[in-house]
Amino acid sequence: MALPADNLVEIRDLDFAYEDRPILNGISLEIPRGKVVAIMGGSGCGKTTLLRLIGGQLMPSSGDVRVDGQSVPALRSDELYALRRRMGMLFQFGALFTDISVFDNVAYQMREHSDLPEELIRDMVLLKLNAVGLRGAHQLMPAELSGGMARRVALARAIALDPMLIMYDEPFAGLDPISLSVIGQLIRKLNDALGATTIMVTHDIQESLLMVDFIYFMSEGKMVALGTPDEIRASQHPFVHQFVFAEADGPVPFHYPAPPLRQELLGKSTDERP
Amino acid sequence: MSDRRGGSGALLAAVASLGHRVNDALLRLGFAARFFVMLLLWSGQSFRRLNLTIREIYFSGFQSLLIIMVSGLFIGMVLGMQGYETLQRYGSAEALGVLVALSLVRELGPVVAALLFASRAGSSITAEIGLMKATEQLMAMDMMAVNPIARVVAPRFWGGVISMPLLAALFSATGVFGGYLIGVVFIGVDEGAFWSQMQASVDFRYDVWSGIVKSFVFGIAVSLIAVFEGYDAQPTAEGVSSSIKGTVVKSALAILALDFVLTSFMFREA
Repeated sequence: MALPADNLVEIRDLDFAYEDRPILNGISLEIPRGKVVAIMGGSGCGKTTLLRLIGGQLMPSSGDVRVDGQSVPALRSDELYALRRRMGMLFQFGALFTDISVFDNVAYQMREHSDLPEELIRDMVLLKLNAVGLRGAHQLMPAELSGGMARRVALARAIALDPMLIMYDEPFAGLDPISLSVIGQLIRKLNDALGATTIMVTHDIQESLLMVDFIYFMSEGKMVALGTPDEIRASQHPFVHQFVFAEADGPVPFHYPAPPLRQELLGKSTDERP
Repeated sequence: MSDRRGGSGALLAAVASLGHRVNDALLRLGFAARFFVMLLLWSGQSFRRLNLTIREIYFSGFQSLLIIMVSGLFIGMVLGMQGYETLQRYGSAEALGVLVALSLVRELGPVVAALLFASRAGSSITAEIGLMKATEQLMAMDMMAVNPIARVVAPRFWGGVISMPLLAALFSATGVFGGYLIGVVFIGVDEGAFWSQMQASVDFRYDVWSGIVKSFVFGIAVSLIAVFEGYDAQPTAEGVSSSIKGTVVKSALAILALDFVLTSFMFREA
């Protein structure tokens, strides 16, 4: 599929390493405006790192990340904060502030970044909570919520300031099938209603195929495949095939690198591990 | 031969591990210094919203009042008993007020109050910030364009710095009252001598002021250690628990070391 030229996020030749451990290796990708794009790959392949680089929480070793035309690594901290006010992020476990109520969590950014009167904030918070179906839970504390509800509150908080870009880190992890489907539909609906752009990092292939416009596949810090859900379903790429059909062995090996079992059990040395 | 090689290998490993530890400690010290500078730079923004700092004074200062005042009272009472026991051997039991007041104002007030503050408030500040980090709340705040150092760290730091001298003063005051209770009310030392000798011998600038300076320095040390340990915690259950332990141990050592240094500068001619 040819992507439209108007991209909200553009990543070019991005490298990233934690000290001397390389995480991302020459990543390039484009996220078109208004679309829901999934970045998929196994656990530990660098997906979350990629989100943090887009949000400016990490600095790349080389390469560039542009969001809405601005180069994120080159921004001063006040410019970065200005850009982040137009981004919403949903963390894997919600990351709700545990010492304040659901209402105050959603109101947090409105109060921090505006001088809006409290009555207006109240109406806006209730509308956001209504959008995720939790208006009735506004007085609860985060500890009183189920996992799926906490994720929805975090979603309401992420869209509090009507962001242009919403990023989701594993939005489906650890949810029951109903909550999972609710979150999936919300991500799609909110993106379209807000006219936002969505980047979703996930390994839930089946749910993603139902609701995204485009999918990138990552493995070991590299982009290995890309396509629309239909193209992905039909793909003969070995990694994509293994991923979509959840095969235990393939390009992603079942075993973590180790010396042969016989040597490990009978020999003494464990220093020869590659 | 192989034994000798093994021996030198073990030595080398020991030296290397020592080097690693020193290296890590230096790196951490450098990070702490940078963190302190960031904290000071972002303090202005946090002072503009004074209610954040006032809230922390309530949590770390006001809520420590009970333990500080009860401990002060008991330490003062013990000082009264021990002091009387020693002083009456030399026939100068009426100097009890001086002994109690000077011990408290110069040393015990600032030091014990700081040790108690580190265990009561410092550990809970570390736990709170460490858990906020472990549950990604600090990162979420940063992604919402709210600086966690300005919003979370600086108010807790200044709350501790402001609370500490006040708590130390209250500790000394209840201690003096404890000494009075034992010395005058129970043992029967002359009340006039108790108070008048105290008033005559305790110098505001020399004794009281140096106690205030000490508790202010301890307040900075304890609060900085508490917020830094929380902010630098490994984001796991084990990491947060080890940071809390770090706050209590490092604060205690810092308080005692600083007390020695400050005392040796303040009371040289005494």
